[in-house]
Amino acid sequence: MSTLLLEGGERAANRWIRQGRAIDRIFATAAIFFGLLVLALLGAIIVSLIIGAWPALSKFGLRFLVTTDWNPVTQNFGAVVPIYGTLVTSVLAMLIGVPLSFGVAIFLTELCPLKLKRPIGTAVELLAAIPSIIYGIWGLFVFAPLFQATLQPLLIKLLGPIPLIGALFSGPPLGIGVLTAGFILGIMVLPYISSIMRDVFDTVPPMLKESAYGLGCTRREVMWQVVIPYTRAGIMGGVLLGLGRALGETMAVTFVIGNAHQVAASLMAPGNTISSALANEFTEAVEDIYLASLIELGLILFVITFIVLAIAKLLLIRLEKQKGA
Amino acid sequence: MPFWALAAPRAALTAMSLAVVCAFAPPAAALDIAGAGSTFVYPILAKWADAYKTKAGVAVNYQSIGSGGGIKQIQSKTVDFGASDAPLPPEELDKFGLLQFPIVIGGDVPVVNVPGIGPGQLKLTGPVLADIYLGKITNWNDKAIADLNPGLKLPDQAIAVVHRSDGSGTTYIWVDYLAKVSPEWKEKVGVNTSVQWPAGLGGKGNEGVAALTSRTPGAIGYVEYAYAKQNKMAYVQVRNKDGNFVEPNEKTFQAAAASADWAKAPAFFLMLTEQPGAQSWPVTGSTFILMYKAQDKPDSGKTALQFFDWSYTSGQQLAEGLDYVPIPDNVVKLIEGTWSQIKGADSKPLWTASAN
Repeated sequence: MSTLLLEGGERAANRWIRQGRAIDRIFATAAIFFGLLVLALLGAIIVSLIIGAWPALSKFGLRFLVTTDWNPVTQNFGAVVPIYGTLVTSVLAMLIGVPLSFGVAIFLTELCPLKLKRPIGTAVELLAAIPSIIYGIWGLFVFAPLFQATLQPLLIKLLGPIPLIGALFSGPPLGIGVLTAGFILGIMVLPYISSIMRDVFDTVPPMLKESAYGLGCTRREVMWQVVIPYTRAGIMGGVLLGLGRALGETMAVTFVIGNAHQVAASLMAPGNTISSALANEFTEAVEDIYLASLIELGLILFVITFIVLAIAKLLLIRLEKQKGA
Repeated sequence: MPFWALAAPRAALTAMSLAVVCAFAPPAAALDIAGAGSTFVYPILAKWADAYKTKAGVAVNYQSIGSGGGIKQIQSKTVDFGASDAPLPPEELDKFGLLQFPIVIGGDVPVVNVPGIGPGQLKLTGPVLADIYLGKITNWNDKAIADLNPGLKLPDQAIAVVHRSDGSGTTYIWVDYLAKVSPEWKEKVGVNTSVQWPAGLGGKGNEGVAALTSRTPGAIGYVEYAYAKQNKMAYVQVRNKDGNFVEPNEKTFQAAAASADWAKAPAFFLMLTEQPGAQSWPVTGSTFILMYKAQDKPDSGKTALQFFDWSYTSGQQLAEGLDYVPIPDNVVKLIEGTWSQIKGADSKPLWTASAN
């Protein structure tokens, strides 16, 4: 009787184990499938971009990357102006957004009274919830006229005459332009970078900070010498997230950048970015070469973002190695 | 609870929801037609669509994405008609099997934002406008402008040129005019719905140019007349082919259209810029409707033609209210004559003058 019971129990247990193994296999297969699907989608996007850009790739070749021409009449196109605009606005966005995010993150983790932490933190995160076209409209109707009336003439008067960097601040105050676009992008990336920085600052072990305070460090020294070196990798990740956002941002930039196909030394001048060129001209590009050139611009943006991410990964690996050593 | 006890209320619920869906189902007769293209003509097409919906129950959906977009959409057959301020040459039309006809006449108006200068006070000529847009004249107190305006006090202010950032028929009319009055413009820049502008800022749509011009001190831009009038912008008097300085209004647009010889133009391929006539506005243009000669959806084609016929007759007052110039009656007859080329699958014309 007992052996029968035991065998019955064993059979039940074996059945249960077999079922468990089968479910595990299904689960593993599904996970692998979705992972491969994502890779396949990425590959498909790259392939379709290359196919779409093929007429322009074969007609212009590498010349596309060095021409400033963008002439729909003669069907002669070049990517220098949009690439320049994209890189300059993104760099400006980083120069403006990163210090601001630092300030916000440090304030919220170290200096803020406990009661205000939640509301201010939520307010900063709400910045990320604002749709980017609202940023564009706000930029065009509120920020740009304000900028044009107050800050721009000031910058032109103060920094214009200085011999080398003066060229960056010359020209009539138009309100819209590369600098305005950089400002607005900086404000847009602020919530992303600051929320990641806040999270990584919170991971610093209190023991570390208190030991530093115990040695007589000031707040500033603790931030610079203890917290930031500890969270290097996280900060880098946050900055790169913001950079990725700034490189691809379309609607906010299209409203305030002035859409002029020119490379000007001055930051006050209007310009063009890859995404704003695509947004403006895609519906109108009737000719095949025109359309192919726009798709090639998209491909170039893809490549730029990829290169930025690759540099980021290499930097992170180097940082980890240094830390390990 | 036994399953059949659940079945009764479930059946009742299904019947009820089916009834509700049927009540909201649209009546079978109403047909919606879709169009896309020129922002130039969007204000009046929107008004016509609204009035026609009340009259005939047909919804006309129009997307103002720019003339180039309209041409592309009709070529890819995603809309029933396209609207473009830039007429397609007969070869292009034949390649795609399209029919083209003008729907309404309007004009491009240069507008300025210069302190102290009100609507209609500034006088400019075609060559001076071309030089401004080429970036050769860069200040408002330049001799060329001052010579034309002896009584006006022109400030020492940089000219901020504003143009369209998207491809546009409004641009096509403007650069066609500039090419006619300035050989340098014709050679350096050319004529197209989108060009490589030598100078200036780009705004998206007529709305974008109007907004940029009114917000930038010292700006000059070009917008369609209705936008200039309704935003009360400071428009400019321009010298026409006969040498007179004229203001943009219905009379001057009509004068330019009256001297146009539509009958001789194959497929109505005619630009109304720089037309002769003492009172002609030099930057007049027309918006053209593009439809396929062989209609895949004959019902939509017929509905569209009925809509356009209505707009030529009952829609004219609405057009005049929005400062567009209606097409003259004799030209309407010519246009409706060409509609016999639009045929359905049975090769019979969809439109017969008597039936409507």
